[in-house]
Amino acid sequence: MNTVISFAKDFASYAFKGGRVYYAWLLSLVFFILVGCYTAYIQLTQGLIVTGATDQVTLESFFANFVFTAHVAAAAVLVVAPGYIYHRKDLKEIAVIGEIVAMVFVATGITFILFHMGRPDRTWHIVPLIGHMNFPNSMLSFDTIVLNVYLLLNMIGVSYILFKKYVGTFHEKQLAVWFRPIVFLAIAWGPLIHIVTAFVLASNARVEAWSTAVLPFAFLTMAGASGPALIVMIFLLTRKFTDMEIGYPAIDLMTTIIAWSLGILMLVFAAEFFTVLYPSTEHADSLKFNMFGHKGLNHYVPWFWGTILALVGSFIALLFRGVRHSYDRWLPITCLVVFFAILIEKPMILVFPAFSPSPLGEYTEYHVTLIEFFNVMFVWALGFFWLTVILKGAIGILTGEVRHHSALAFAPDRAQGGI
Amino acid sequence: MSEEKNIALKESDEPDGLEQGRREFLKKVCASSVSALVAAPAVAGANTEADNPDADVTVAEYFQGHFLLMSDEEKKQAIARLEKRYSAQYRKKTTVSDVEAPDGVLFGYALDISKCIGCRRCVHACVKENNQSRHDPTVQWIQVMKMPKGNISFTAENLDKGYPAKSEFGDYGVQVGGNAYKTAGLSTEDAQNYYNDDVVPDKDFFYMPVQCQQCEKPPCVKACPVRATFRDHAGVVLIDYNWCIGCRMCQLACPYHARRFNWGEPNLPAEEMNPKTHYFGNRPRMRGVMEKCTFCVQRTREGRDPACMEACPVGARKFGNLLDPESDVRKVLATKRVFRFKEEFGTYPKFFYYIG
Repeated sequence: MNTVISFAKDFASYAFKGGRVYYAWLLSLVFFILVGCYTAYIQLTQGLIVTGATDQVTLESFFANFVFTAHVAAAAVLVVAPGYIYHRKDLKEIAVIGEIVAMVFVATGITFILFHMGRPDRTWHIVPLIGHMNFPNSMLSFDTIVLNVYLLLNMIGVSYILFKKYVGTFHEKQLAVWFRPIVFLAIAWGPLIHIVTAFVLASNARVEAWSTAVLPFAFLTMAGASGPALIVMIFLLTRKFTDMEIGYPAIDLMTTIIAWSLGILMLVFAAEFFTVLYPSTEHADSLKFNMFGHKGLNHYVPWFWGTILALVGSFIALLFRGVRHSYDRWLPITCLVVFFAILIEKPMILVFPAFSPSPLGEYTEYHVTLIEFFNVMFVWALGFFWLTVILKGAIGILTGEVRHHSALAFAPDRAQGGI
Repeated sequence: MSEEKNIALKESDEPDGLEQGRREFLKKVCASSVSALVAAPAVAGANTEADNPDADVTVAEYFQGHFLLMSDEEKKQAIARLEKRYSAQYRKKTTVSDVEAPDGVLFGYALDISKCIGCRRCVHACVKENNQSRHDPTVQWIQVMKMPKGNISFTAENLDKGYPAKSEFGDYGVQVGGNAYKTAGLSTEDAQNYYNDDVVPDKDFFYMPVQCQQCEKPPCVKACPVRATFRDHAGVVLIDYNWCIGCRMCQLACPYHARRFNWGEPNLPAEEMNPKTHYFGNRPRMRGVMEKCTFCVQRTREGRDPACMEACPVGARKFGNLLDPESDVRKVLATKRVFRFKEEFGTYPKFFYYIG
């Protein structure tokens, strides 16, 4: 028990130690958290009327952002899988970074869902035994299960790896028998959360833009692009600011995954756009609204073309070796573009335009309110705060700077770390 | 045909009338400084009035289970709690019924679109009967679509136009006619849902009111993660407002835009509140829950007709038991040209439209 307490203490004290840039980053997140506490209070007391949502466009930016967090959370397995399935030694050692990203992003997604709910105080109604879960009929009940299980799997994985490394007993023979099955289950579970999230949307036959079989494929490819884009940025920052060794081959593998996820995404978009636009039935209405506007309502049009341009542009850019190996300039820029393009795709292409025309033919533009914006920033700031702090502490453990005193006898030799 | 008789809308149907009422209401609220009206049940505990019955009520209400699964004793307590809270909040004796649907009945509705004149009296009767929020958010369970009659969209000048156009490469024949891309007849595409005419019916248009279609295979019930919405044994889809978590999956699933969400605390003036309520029907709702047409469950379970049907000045609406061959609905189904709205969604509505 004492070991656990000293683990938590050492972890926290290392996680909150840093340079000026580190504190500036944390403080800017704290700013959004503080503002968000106020705006969240307004939403909790006045209801969702403070957001831009209406009966016509019933999903707000919280839901759109939730889908994006599911993207990144699912894609974190792309760091874990090469290590554990293809035995890439370099990736196996940093697999825990992927699991941390998954854990934090699932938690962020669940927070977004709480903001999406009209009665967050009644969340317990969905818990089996004390409430009633409409299982297996409601797709949202599936999503609740897979998200919470994924969060749990990653929490177990992350804390086990970090603790074992902290006490210096992370060796093949000293690991619990359940550890490997948990890791492999988490790898399988990553795509699962994503497919189920796609089905939550695709199950609504009346939202014709979502009622398509390519939706899970679009989600998985966008996950494959946005998740590794974030992870590449984390790897590059880690290389720059810490002593942790992350080799270029690991980054190159992530870059390849981003490039070809975008490549397949091009095909998915082409397939969807062709299938919808060639016959141009009512299924095409919301896509045409998105692309060209409707009778003067063209709020989404620049976002649509901007996002498509950014995605195509980054795909082409990543085909050049010069960009892929420009680790200090073009690669992080491209990753940022991919990350934000897919983030913006969620509200501006996937969610908001899909509601027009409504079942009774209404076209509605969605305008995000200031309170809603700060609530979204609140959840993101919370997410990135935890991500930063947990990653920082984890890096301390991975580099051997944070060790239990009984483990100090061992040299901080990372070579022994692999299982 | 009744369309020839133009009916002028009364003053009270105009938005101005509502505006007036709201201002008066606000004045009264300010004067009497009763906070119970605007206070959310969740924050009612902060109310310091000595005779405030809400404090204990709110906590008990929070922990209550799904109404259908309660024991008779729990149901009685839940009803008593609600009656106490509503009576205090709206300053009038309010009853909350939980009368069951009659056996051997399947409720159905039929609406004659050739008779409807678009006066929206059904909409306002519904709002009044069912205690909807009057403003911020404005909640109306019936939405009337005003659609242009088909014969006005074709023009002779478009005869030679179209695609592909004649060019120096030759005339390959028009494959898409110049009069394409215009809707005709019953289509939601050019429907006006917010028309504000002085006189109805407008002679170039026809009207189609849409409300909950009470599907036999309701996609909303399937989508609800907590079973807060369900189909009762008379075929009506209902909501337990105290069990709804406000996730709006049902609204996403509904192909008829029938469900309305309480985006904010409902604004229901005490003097306009209808005190004869039903647990699953017109009792006042709270912020953050879904609501929709219940075929006026508080009336129809007691053998009365829905408010929208009573309000219709042209007799376009028929309601009754689909299992009874002598009911109006069954007679309509047997003798008129009947269709279901959006039958391609496979929801099997028990709300029928017909051409009389």
